[in-house]
Amino acid sequence: MVKDDLDTDAEIDVIGKLAEDAGALLPALRDPETDSEPRLQDVDHWGRSEHMREFIRRAYDPVYRYWFRAELDGLENVPRDGGALLVANHAGSVPSDAPVIMHGIEEELGRPLYGLAEHLFRTIPVIGTLWARGGGVAAHPDNAHRLLHDEGQLALVFPEGAKGPGKTYAERYRLRRFGRGGFIEVAMRAGVPVVPIAVMGAEESMPNLTTIPGLAKAFGLPYVPITPQMLAAPFFGPLAPVATMLYLPAKFRVKFLPPVHFPDKPNMPRYSKARIMEYADLVRDMIQAELFEMLRARRSVWFG
Amino acid sequence: MKRILITGLATYWGGRLAQVLEEQPAVDLIVGVDRHAPTVELDRTEFVRVREDYGALRRIVEAAEIDTILHTHLLVDSTAASSRQVHELNVIGTMNLLAAAATTDSPVRRLIVKSSTLVYGAGRGDPQIFRETARRSNSPRTQVERSLLEVEDYVRDFAEDNPHVSVTLLRVANVIAPDFDTPMLNALHMPAVPAVFGFDPLVQFVHVEDCVSALAYAVENDLPGIFNVAADGVIPWSEVRGIIGKPAMWLPPLGTQAAAGMLRRSHIVDLPDEFLSLLRFGRGVDNVRLKQVGFRYRYSTVGCLYDFAEGLRLRRVIGAAEQPTYEYQEDLEQFLHRHTVS
Repeated sequence: MVKDDLDTDAEIDVIGKLAEDAGALLPALRDPETDSEPRLQDVDHWGRSEHMREFIRRAYDPVYRYWFRAELDGLENVPRDGGALLVANHAGSVPSDAPVIMHGIEEELGRPLYGLAEHLFRTIPVIGTLWARGGGVAAHPDNAHRLLHDEGQLALVFPEGAKGPGKTYAERYRLRRFGRGGFIEVAMRAGVPVVPIAVMGAEESMPNLTTIPGLAKAFGLPYVPITPQMLAAPFFGPLAPVATMLYLPAKFRVKFLPPVHFPDKPNMPRYSKARIMEYADLVRDMIQAELFEMLRARRSVWFG
Repeated sequence: MKRILITGLATYWGGRLAQVLEEQPAVDLIVGVDRHAPTVELDRTEFVRVREDYGALRRIVEAAEIDTILHTHLLVDSTAASSRQVHELNVIGTMNLLAAAATTDSPVRRLIVKSSTLVYGAGRGDPQIFRETARRSNSPRTQVERSLLEVEDYVRDFAEDNPHVSVTLLRVANVIAPDFDTPMLNALHMPAVPAVFGFDPLVQFVHVEDCVSALAYAVENDLPGIFNVAADGVIPWSEVRGIIGKPAMWLPPLGTQAAAGMLRRSHIVDLPDEFLSLLRFGRGVDNVRLKQVGFRYRYSTVGCLYDFAEGLRLRRVIGAAEQPTYEYQEDLEQFLHRHTVS
């Protein structure tokens, strides 16, 4: 009898311990034990809503399929599970590449992709909220680490930042500096590979003819472009605002390159700046070389 | 055996913790200090009235051989006091408290401080979820946040200078309780909940019971370090309104502070700056660390709100909660302490 009691106690203890261990491993903030009350919305701790994504996917699909006629190549280079950092070139006055890549990955692989971007988005009323509900996350190193390492998600980043879309049409398809290689450090620390992506078509979908530096400074924006759409807008009368946002139907080709793995140990407090820059240059060169290759093969901006 | 000193015995936290600790047989002695008399009935806790700067604390600590100090008395609501009072109580109070605990041959071996997740702030450059190690992304603009950061600096220095004292710092998220007075709860009690148009921030709460348990848990177990105290999950502000069944009162995204100033001057509601930035950017904190040392929360963030909504429904029928009828009578308490057979 006494022995029985002891056994039961020991068993309970083991179960308690298991539950504890499981709790420690849980990546998300939710604990299934306490979170039994019904939610009214499906917004996750990143601010992303699957309903909103579904709505966006449905609305955006015709644009992706019939306007940009996007073609994805090398999808086998994107891991089917586990974290990976997707790194692409960035272009178009109002960049059209992020939605194409996010839509493509989510449709083709059926797994979510979080878009890391400038936290400037968070400060814009309505748009900032829609951006977060649609899978946008502020590009904070802690956010990237949690996504990639703790949760094993896919994240998309444009290391050129605003310098990519801020460059003029004359400089199209020539990559800017890849920041200070922060994206490499994030991937190393998280222990995930980087998948370089070369995107062709965004540059021509909304060319940046020239920028007005004074205006950008006055509004606190990274750049203010002059686009062909803006020049044509006055001819559209009351539809002018729509016309400025209308992308030109450039043919999109998205090429996923072989993933770059890092031999460095994850979760280190510091990584050598030299190694980070070495890898950042490697990824940049891979994308640049692929872009030139794709441009060589392209016969028409509109038909590919 | 523990001999505990609690600051802020007259506040909810101090009083409630004293009640909880009285139940624990391992606790030998509980001394509570405050400017005001306790507001809850206490059995074996001894109350000592002190000035807000805790000048007399060293003598109390030495005389009663206090080994554990529970510092619950930090103001986190900037609408409750002037910024001078906040500075006096938080910064100067803590400084004197730590000085009292740091004398040579001081009997103090444990220090537990109840801070707030306000120290992280709420800004555009924030991570989505703050770990205990994260630094805030913007400099504090309000006195409450500034004073709490100063307090934490003092506590960190104290921990470094006194390696024989085990220091626990608990950062508590927005507390959900039926009848508390905080900017958050005042907002939730309004017929229409204030919100900044165009923003739907993710927010996180902790139930008052879980918060008391966490403090008691820190007394029971030796937990050196910094711990966030917050329920599981973050939810959008719009969902908070949905769960408690109230519409939004929209504030303009531009000139938000001016609009809040008008509300304050017309005595509708006082929304301090730190709450306005929360309504814009939200704040989530990681609670895994406290769970890893074995603490279990009873309520999730969503659970807190369902509990709050139930309280609202009850209140709609029976009116606001009754004021506590307890009144501290010094003569009676002293008589009882002298004559209680232990």
